[in-house]
Amino acid sequence: MDQRESHVIFNDVSYRYPNTRRYVLKHLNLMIHKGEFVAVLGENGAGKSTFCQTLNGVVPHSRGGQMRGQIAIGGQNTQEATVAELAQKVGIVLEDPEAQLFTTSVLSEVAFGPENLGVDPKEILRRVHWALEVVRLTGYENHAPTTLSGGQKQRLAIAAALAMRPDVLVLDEATSQLDPMGTVEVFSVVRELNKQYGMTIVMATNKGEQVAQFCNRVLILHRGELVAQGTPREIFADTGLFQRIMIRAPQVSQLAVYLAEREMPLADLPITLDEARRGTVQLIGGSD
Amino acid sequence: MNGHEITIAVENLEYIYQPHSVKALKGVSFTVRRGEFVGIIGQNGAGKTTLLKNIVGLLLPTSGRVIVDGLDTRQTTVAELATRVGFVLQNPDQQLFAQTVGEEVAFGPCNLELAEKEIKERVDVAIAMTGLEEFRHEFPPALSKGDRAKVVIASVLAMQPEIIILDEPTTGQDYKGCHQIMRIARQLHREGHTVLVVTHDMPLIAEYTKHIIVFRQGKILLNDTTAAVFSQPEILRRTHVTPPQITQLAQALPRELGLPACALTVEQLGQSIVERIHKRRHAPVRYREV
Repeated sequence: MDQRESHVIFNDVSYRYPNTRRYVLKHLNLMIHKGEFVAVLGENGAGKSTFCQTLNGVVPHSRGGQMRGQIAIGGQNTQEATVAELAQKVGIVLEDPEAQLFTTSVLSEVAFGPENLGVDPKEILRRVHWALEVVRLTGYENHAPTTLSGGQKQRLAIAAALAMRPDVLVLDEATSQLDPMGTVEVFSVVRELNKQYGMTIVMATNKGEQVAQFCNRVLILHRGELVAQGTPREIFADTGLFQRIMIRAPQVSQLAVYLAEREMPLADLPITLDEARRGTVQLIGGSD
Repeated sequence: MNGHEITIAVENLEYIYQPHSVKALKGVSFTVRRGEFVGIIGQNGAGKTTLLKNIVGLLLPTSGRVIVDGLDTRQTTVAELATRVGFVLQNPDQQLFAQTVGEEVAFGPCNLELAEKEIKERVDVAIAMTGLEEFRHEFPPALSKGDRAKVVIASVLAMQPEIIILDEPTTGQDYKGCHQIMRIARQLHREGHTVLVVTHDMPLIAEYTKHIIVFRQGKILLNDTTAAVFSQPEILRRTHVTPPQITQLAQALPRELGLPACALTVEQLGQSIVERIHKRRHAPVRYREV
C-alpha cells in the first residue's frame, strides 16, 4: 500500500451547517499518519461528530452547509470525491447504531457494505463471519437487528464497518453503550486491526482510561477548534487544559492531580493503573 | 416517609421475547425499599432494560410477579403505573415530541387532567430542578444532548412519581453532563424518591449509589452495598464489569501501606493517602519495604 495513501490532512478546515452562521469546525490544521490510532476528545458540542463525518465526506456532501479549506484522504480531496468513493477508504461507525442499522438480519447488515463494493460472495461470507466473531456476535446471524440490545446493536454497527476492510476506520462514540469489558474489547480489537492491517483509526470518545491505554495520539477539540494534541501522557499531564475543558481523564491521573494540589505529587504523572500503583507505593514509602 | 416499606417487589420474574424464545430474565427476585437509590449493572444483554420495562408495565411477566407500590403490574394499566413510576429512556430522542420544552414537560400532567394551576406549578418545579429555565420556550430537538436528557427527566418529574427509573441516562453525555444528571438523581433521592439507575459507567455509580444489583444472563449475580459489590472483581468479571479504576488501584496497592482496601472515588483514596502521609510525618515509624 502506498505510504501516502491513508494520510489524512486537514488544511485550514472550517465548516458550518446549512442555515446557520456559527462555524462548528474552525481553522483545523492537522495530519493523521497511516497506522495511527488517534483519539478525539472534547465536551459535547465541541465538533467531534462533525469532525468524524468530514472524514467520509458526509460533511459536506450529504449535510450541505459550507466548508472552507481542504481535507485530503489518501491524497484525494474529499470535496472532489463522492461519498461512495470515500466509503471504499473510510468506514464509519456512528454513535447511535439505530441511525445506521436497517436490514432484517444481522448477516445481511454486515454483508451490505462489501456487497455494494462488488466483493466476491465467498469472500463476503468470510468477512461477515470474521467481523461477527471480532465483535462477539457469532450465532446471531439470523436475528433481526431490532431485537438486539443497545450494546449488541453498537457492536453490529462496528462489524458492518469492519466488513468493508477500510483503510481508515472512524468510530464516533462507538462504545458509549457497551459494558466495561465490552468497551475494552472494542478498543483491543481496534488496536489489533490497527497493528495487524495498519488500519488508521480515528475514535471520538470520552473514555480517558482506554485512550491512555490504547491510543497513540489525542486531539482535543473545543468549540470547533483544535486546542491541544499530543500523546495521551502529554495530554493527561496538562492539568491547565483540564481546568478549561471538562474531559474525563483517567481516574489515576485525577488522583495525581488531587495529590499534587496538596503538595504530595506522585512521581511522573501516572496515566495507567500500574504507574499509579508504583507512584503511590513510592510516595507513601518515601514519606518518612 | 417509611424507610422500610417495600415499594418494588420482583418475584421469580421470567421474561421470554418472541419469536426467537429468547429468555431475557430467568427467575429474578429482589425488593427495593422506599427511598432507596439503587444502581443496576451487568453486561450488555443481561436483561437490565427488560427488567425496567417489566417494572413500568411496558412488558408483562411471562411468569412470576412484579408488584409496584402494592399494585400487580399484570392487573394495572400502564397509565396507572405511570403516576407511580417515571421512566427515563436510554435515548432522549425516542421520547421527545413537543414544540417547546414547556409543552413537553406539561404533557404528562395534562393527561392526568389536573387543574391548570397545578399543571403550571408542576412544570415550574420540574424545570427548576433540572435547571432548564432558560430553555423553556426552546424547541427540544435543538438543544444539546445533555439538555435534551434533562428535558426528558423534567417531563418525568412533572408526573411526580414516587419511583424514578433512569435507563443509562449518561450514555453519550460528556463529563459535565454525566455529573449534572447524577446530581439531579441524588437530589431526587434526598427528597425521598426511590431511584433506580441502570448504567455501564462504574465511576459514576460508585460515586452516587449506595446499593447495587448486578445482573448476568438474566439472573441476579450480586445484590449488595456498592462497596461490597466492587470488592468482588472476580465475580464482576463474569458479567463483563470491572470496578472503577480508582477502586482497582486501591485493591492493587500493598496492604502494608495501611490504606483501606476499598475506595469508591478519587477523593476517597486521595484523602486516605493524604492522611496516611500526615500520620507518618507526625509519628514516624520505620517503613517496611513492600
